[in-house]
Amino acid sequence: MPDLAPVWLSIQLALVTTVILLALATPLAWWLANTRSALKPVIEAVTALPLVLPPTVLGFYLLFMLNPEAPIGAFWVTMTGESLTFSFSGLVVASLVYSLPFAVQPLQGAFEAVGRGAMEAAASLRARPLDAFFTVAVPLSARGFLTAGVLTFAHTIGEFGVILMVGGNIPGRTRVLSIAVFEHVETLRYQEAHILSAGLLIFSFVTLLSVYALNRRYRIRVG
Amino acid sequence: MKERWAQRPGWPAGAVLTAGLAVLLAVLVWPKPAEPDFRVAVASSFLDAAEALIADFEAQTGYSAGLSAGGSGQIYAQIVHGAPFDVFLSADEARPRRLADEGRASGVPQTYALGRLALWSPDPRRVTGDMGALLAGTGWHRIAIANPELAPYGMAAVQTLETLGVTLPAGRVAMGSNAGQVFAMTASGAADMGMVALALVVSPRNPSPGSRWEVPETYHAPIRQDAVLLRRAEANPAARAFMDYLASDRARAIVTSSGYGWPGDA
Repeated sequence: MPDLAPVWLSIQLALVTTVILLALATPLAWWLANTRSALKPVIEAVTALPLVLPPTVLGFYLLFMLNPEAPIGAFWVTMTGESLTFSFSGLVVASLVYSLPFAVQPLQGAFEAVGRGAMEAAASLRARPLDAFFTVAVPLSARGFLTAGVLTFAHTIGEFGVILMVGGNIPGRTRVLSIAVFEHVETLRYQEAHILSAGLLIFSFVTLLSVYALNRRYRIRVG
Repeated sequence: MKERWAQRPGWPAGAVLTAGLAVLLAVLVWPKPAEPDFRVAVASSFLDAAEALIADFEAQTGYSAGLSAGGSGQIYAQIVHGAPFDVFLSADEARPRRLADEGRASGVPQTYALGRLALWSPDPRRVTGDMGALLAGTGWHRIAIANPELAPYGMAAVQTLETLGVTLPAGRVAMGSNAGQVFAMTASGAADMGMVALALVVSPRNPSPGSRWEVPETYHAPIRQDAVLLRRAEANPAARAFMDYLASDRARAIVTSSGYGWPGDA
């Protein structure tokens, strides 16, 4: 049996990333869905960059930004006494960047579908903007939140190249599931690699199946 | 007259935020695995032997070690970028020397093993006869070697080909980034044969002995595998004790039985 600590570490990383990213992506997606600013396409393009860039490029830039001799990395060291590179916190920062489009895009789509009408109706009934957002826009976008949450979680579980560059392979800190599989294959431990890989395959299929199944159910109810 | 909006059921924002914070808090306060006394970064090709060495060292001394495997060049880059390793068991001598030259090491590197190279195929009939003729011939499609820029076994493979006077057609060479990847390419059949680390071929993990040619050590410059104590471990008694252990007779027995040469014997 392979060591299961990397599985738990992957789940921890994905949970933390999903919670923080949904909190950050919601205002960004709301702004993108409602703005008429000329900056919108620029921000949209920047948000989608992690979809296009190879993880090695992302990892390379992150390594340069987060290492203890760079401003951000140095600031983190003075604040926490720990280096951002090769630590769990560093993996969280990397995952936030890496999974950003998977949180923002479903939310933006959902918010755009809410439309101005419902928000203006709420405003005419004296709802303050924040009230209207939580009682009208958020429930109407439930499907978007679900999709964003599940995709962010699953995409973070499947992260590899960025973590390899920023996190290294440190047991209990940065050796997540995908890294453990890589190490098992490289060192001929095929049986351990098979067990972990099959687990990840089944998990990914079940995740996607539940997203598609839920999407279908919602569509039937709405239509 | 002021009616409160939102008395109807919606998503209670407070509950959602609380749940999110609860998840964050749970993960952050969850007990972390105990930190080891020191961390060793080891070249993937030496992982099996390193595990045996560390198990023996831990049983002898009571210290605990964390072990991370990777390519030597990759580990070097990680150390430069602040990775928390105390001892580095490289598959070459260049990286430890560079770390020492850059002031990132404590003391000088020491050779803990000599790498041996083999031309290997899982097919029991492939690697036979005259090696120069085999490599220059047309009886095979693809050969895997490690990238000479990244891996010492790749450099040794290139030197071996030069000694044999063979030039491989570029389109038929598959480059792996380290010895382990080259072995995986060859074992899977993606390449017909590979210039691999002998230690991987003779490892009990290798299911198919196949056919092999053990490259004479005179065909290439010695593959010195050096260990270095890193500066952050200067005052770490566990890491220092492990460096001493690497030169001991107990270590020698494990290293030589894993398919490596012992530096003192060469």
